[in-house]
Formats: sequence, C-alpha cells, structure tokens
Amino acid sequence: MTIPSTSTSTSTERSRTAARPMMRSRRPPSVDRPRRNVILTLVTGVVLVYTLVPLAWLVINATKTQPSLFGSFGLWFSGHFALWDNIVQTVTYDHGIFLRWLLNTVLYVVAGAGGATLLAVLGGYALAKFSFPGKRAVFAIVIGAVAVPGTALAVPTFLMFSRMGLTNTPWAVIIPSLISPFGLYLMWTFASEAIPTELLEAARMDGASELRTFVKISLPLLGPGIVTVLLFTMVATWNNYFLPLIMLKDPTWYPLTLGLNAWNAQAATAGGEAIFNLVITASLLTILPLVTAFLVLQRFWQSGLAAGSVKE
Amino acid sequence: MRGFTHRRLVRGAALAGALTIALAACSSGGSGAPGTTPSTASSAAGQSALEQGGKITVWAWEPTLKKVVADFEAKYPKVTVDLVNAGTGNAQYTALQNAIAAGSGVPDVAQVEYYALPQFAIGGSLADLTSFGAASLDGTFTPGPWASVKQGNGIYGLPMDSGPMALFYNKSVFDKYGIAVPTTWDEYLTAAQKLHAADPSAYIANDTGDAGFATSMIWQAGGHPYTVDGTNVKINLADAGSTAFATLWQKLIDQKLLAPISSWSDQWYQGLGNGTIATLTIGAWMPANLESGVAAGKGQWRVAPMPQWTAGGTATSENGGSSLAVPKASKNQQLAYDFIKYADAGAGVQTRIDGGAFPATTADLQSAAFVNKTFDYFGGQKVNEVLAKSAADVVKGWQYLPFQVYANSVFNDTVGKAYVSGTTLQQGLKAWQDSSVTYGNDQGFTVNK
Repeated sequence: MTIPSTSTSTSTERSRTAARPMMRSRRPPSVDRPRRNVILTLVTGVVLVYTLVPLAWLVINATKTQPSLFGSFGLWFSGHFALWDNIVQTVTYDHGIFLRWLLNTVLYVVAGAGGATLLAVLGGYALAKFSFPGKRAVFAIVIGAVAVPGTALAVPTFLMFSRMGLTNTPWAVIIPSLISPFGLYLMWTFASEAIPTELLEAARMDGASELRTFVKISLPLLGPGIVTVLLFTMVATWNNYFLPLIMLKDPTWYPLTLGLNAWNAQAATAGGEAIFNLVITASLLTILPLVTAFLVLQRFWQSGLAAGSVKE
Repeated sequence: MRGFTHRRLVRGAALAGALTIALAACSSGGSGAPGTTPSTASSAAGQSALEQGGKITVWAWEPTLKKVVADFEAKYPKVTVDLVNAGTGNAQYTALQNAIAAGSGVPDVAQVEYYALPQFAIGGSLADLTSFGAASLDGTFTPGPWASVKQGNGIYGLPMDSGPMALFYNKSVFDKYGIAVPTTWDEYLTAAQKLHAADPSAYIANDTGDAGFATSMIWQAGGHPYTVDGTNVKINLADAGSTAFATLWQKLIDQKLLAPISSWSDQWYQGLGNGTIATLTIGAWMPANLESGVAAGKGQWRVAPMPQWTAGGTATSENGGSSLAVPKASKNQQLAYDFIKYADAGAGVQTRIDGGAFPATTADLQSAAFVNKTFDYFGGQKVNEVLAKSAADVVKGWQYLPFQVYANSVFNDTVGKAYVSGTTLQQGLKAWQDSSVTYGNDQGFTVNK
C-alpha cells in the first residue's frame, strides 16, 4: 500500500543525492547533522527574536507595579518584583471576574473547539470515504465557505440569533464556533490520504459495522489530523474577539479577550481606574494555557507524523 | 397610607408650575429624595412604578454608577437594576445600534455622551422624556449639558456629568523653567516654545488628533461649525472659530511643540507622571483620572482657567460628559426614567460626586461643600472653584451633528493627517467637512444644500 511519505524523508533523500558529489570527503548531512547555512540561520534568528521579544516584554512587565511600568525601560526589570502581587490582584479584582472570564473561555473552547473538531472529523471522513449524490456540491460549498471570513458573517448571525433570543447567552458564541469549514476541508484531505480504502474494505469483509470500522480503524489513523484541527480551532476560539463582542453584552459571559479589552478601556474613561499592570499580567495568564496546549499537543502531532512515515 | 401619599402628590402637582425650578433644584441637592418630592403629576406615576417594582437593564461604563445602583435598590427593594458595562463610548453605541436594529436586547437605560445624543435622538431611538415630566427639571442642570440633551421641544436624556474645560498643568515643570502659566492662547504658544527649548523631551501638550478636543476648542473660540435645524444641516469648518483654532494649532504642529502621543495610552499616563507632558486642556472630570492613573504626579498638578482667545475673556466650552437616556424600545420606560432621575438629579448625584465624578447640577456646583473641597493631589488647591466657574462660562449655542459619532470616527482619516504629513489643519478640516457632508446626505439629511 502507498502511504504518503512525509516531507522530512523526501527532503533528506533529495539533499543526500545533491550533496554527494560536492562533499565527497565528509559524511553526507542527515536529519541529525544538517548542512549549515549561515544566511538561513541568520534569517531564522531574526524571526525568532522578532517572535520572542513581545513575549519577553510581557513577562518582564508583568513583574512591575503600575508606577514602575510607566517609569522604567520596557525591556528590563525594574523596582519591586510585583509579579505575585499582580497575579493576586488580577484574580481578585472586581470580585474575581477574571476567573469567571477564564472559565467562560474554557467553556467556549471545550464546547466550541471540541465540537468543531468532532464535526470536522465526522464530516471529513464521510466526504473522503463514502460516495453519495451531491458530493461535488458539498465540496464546492465547503471550499467557498473557507473563503468567507467569520467576521463577515458575524452581524447577520447576530440579527438571526437576536430573533431566536440567543444573544447574550453562551450559545451565541458556541454555536457559530462549531462550524469550521477549514477544519472540515483539512480532515477531508487528511482522511482520504491517511486511510487506505483497502483497509476499510478488509474490515467490512470481516463483518465490522461502519461505526466499528470508524472507531477502531479510521480514528487512530486520523490522530495527527485531529490534533491539527483541534489546535487550529482551539486557537481560533481562545482568541475569538469579534463574535463575542457582537453577541455578548453581559460581562459575566465575556471570554478573556473581551474582558481584557474592557479592563484596558477603563483607562480611557472619565473617572475610570487605569489598571495597566493588571491588563498586562492578565494577558500573560491568558496566553499560558495556549502555550501549554501547543507544547503538549505538538508532541502527539509530531509522533503522528513520524508514525506515518515508517509504515510502508 | 398609599392613598394619602397619592393625594398629597396630586395636590403637590397643582403647585408644580410655580415651584418647578425651586423644587427641582431642591431635589438635586443630594439629600432630597426624588421619589418623595411632589414635583409633577408624573411623579405619582413614578412613585407607583417604584412601588410596584420591576427590573431594568442599564448600559453604562461610568464607574460611580455601581454605588448608585446599590443605593437605589436598597431604597426601592422591589426594583432590580441590572448594570451592564456593554463597552465604552463607540463600542457601546455600536452595540446599541445593533440591538435597536435587531429589535431585541435593547436596554432600558443607556449612557450616551453628549456628542452622540443627537444621533440617537433624531434617529428616533430614544424616548422623549417630556412625557415623564422631564421639563420640570429645567434649571436643575448647567446650561451646556442641558442644551445638549434637548432636541427641538424634546428632552432625550438627563445630564449625568459635565466636562467644562480647564487648563490642568504640571506646576513643578512650569516652576522649574520659570514659565508663567498661560492665560491666553498666545501665551500658551510662547510657553510651549520656552518649555520645549529648555527641555527637548518636554512638551506643553500631547496631541495626535482628537475630534472631541478639536470641536471643544472650536466651541470655545466661538465657532459654530454645525447648525442643525431638523434635518437641515449646515457644516462650515472654516468659520472664524474653526480658523482661530486651526491657525494656533498649526503653529504648535509646525514647530513640533506637541508630543506625538495619543491620549489615554500608556505612554500618555507615563508622560503625565514624569513631566514630559506639561498641560492638559480637558474636561472637569479629569481629576479622578489623574488621581487613579498618575500616582507619580501627586502634588505636582494644578488647575487654571482655560486660556483665552482674547485677553481678559472668560469663555469656556464643554469637553466630553454623558447623559443617561431611555431607549424607545424599553418596555419599562417609567421605571427607567425614575432611575435616571434618581441618578442624575436625585440622591445619586452626591454619591457620584463622592466617587470623584463632576456633576452637571447647578445646585451641587454652587454648594459650599463642593466648591471649598481641597484636593491633596493638587497640592491642597480648591480645584472645583476653577471648574465650577468654567461650567458657568460655557459659550452658548453650540450644536453637534446628528451623525457626530460617524463624523468623529473619520476625524483621524482627515484632520489626523495634519499631524503626520504635509497637509495643513485647514485642509484637514475641509476634508473632514467634505466627508461629513457626503455621509449626512447619504443618510437622508439635507447638508449644505
């Protein structure tokens, strides 16, 4: 059977053949001992710094009190180390509203991103492995839907939900998050490549039901794809701003994105209390779960890719 | 008991005509409870609405309202007020427009800034409060805010706070370089030059283009760039007042005397604290923000009257400030009105003053306790003396556009260019006028025709 060879093995192959005539005396470069390229290393370094500087800024400034935030250089520590005080203040400010926002966000991610992934996996698998009338039409619609940004649909969705009395409830955020055309498309391509039709036919021959075939045979093969879609939808839901902005008015249902913005806006209000130190600390706390999710899930993601490459 | 109260109220209503002003002023004194003051017949209806109870939703971002709501609920146990911060300024207006368009989820009370009120009032989104007896509050509020909530014969909100302008300045910076506090805009320009020459990192003010500030400056200079009569609108951002502002400010821009920092940013708070932004020409609500956001400036700031266009003048204008309004779609308008009356002209006013807000009620602005209060942050200065004086000197006759929210949102695309490129302020104002005219005509107004 033909399993798609991963890009890692192909590129190694290619570089090996290319390198052989030039570097006869030395051992050919491999994945463990890649060829060095000064320019590429420099470019990567610049990108790395560019990516990490805002993060470093965030970590450094989360340790400052509001006065020292204004009175010191942004990229170095200054004054009293106030990280713990800031964290305590962040989670207790306004009767612990930050924790409520955190819980809301977790709810939206679990229900929204989890549901979106589930639907994408089921739909993608069905589209890849079953033939039915209208499949081409579904394909066209999904491809079209990928091109429509969610922002463009937010206001019509709001008017519709408003009629149904769903605005200002968690459903208004969860239901639109369940739809991920890109996730569906990704699962579809992934499923048609990763699951050999012969394998499904063999399972059917042995008398397995469609559900059993899906759960026992297809689902494990789809692992890396599922993790990828889950990561995408998780990030999208965690960072979702515009949809909840339109849908929610009650701060008790805010996700973190809206809550942080509300805190930031306080500084621009007559009589409002400026709490920049809390906005910064809260931002740091807000990205931690996403960073963790990436680090943890990336392991599965990579192992999934590697597992695919050795099956011949 | 109930019958007695009712009879008393009806009898009171008969006297209302003659006593309106006196009673209204009395009810705004803070100690007087508005629900029990028999000012008009509609108070009777208000009283019963308060006794029957009910639930209203209030959209507001003003922080002092939290305490007002708590007090109100304690006073009227059957009433529940759901106070929701649905966004600040423009964000909330968008939400309000959306809710009104959708026909559901509209709050019973909304905080609306004075500049935005005509847009909602003329758009037919707000209830005319005269049917609840709001006309009896004539004289309760200072002229600027009161004029701002009136459209034709209708009253579309009650003034919650006001922002008569004054010159907030960092005294330690002025002392350090021996610069006199400017009393005219010419002196202001000279002070700006001296200060920046003495310390190149210091600026007299920050500005990157702010529609609210620009219109307030034009207002003080005697400009009337907007004249609104029903749906007939005239826009002339080249009148004498607008030109006076543009000419002065162009000099400050050309000589690079304005810090390129946007108001309300973290850099701004930083500059106000470390002396690199030496003055703020801003509304009277600023002290609370300085105290909470610029701890480093404690003891350094003072308040002086707004610089004048002609020496010896006293003209001022309003900057910012909000009203509480009742959307037409509210199903509980009477109760909503009772709440805003309590918050804006009743016991709520004193609560809000204690919380640091600057009132719009004449009686409070003139009360000795208010005027004589000393502020530690301002080195013991009786700041309210200057600010209350400014409230009385606001130039009359100013009007905002019935689509000012839109106009202000494109300010930076037009006038804002003057701050960063070779465009002059006058060209920018012309461009701003053109896009406002086009938008107004598109919206069905008759603008400059």
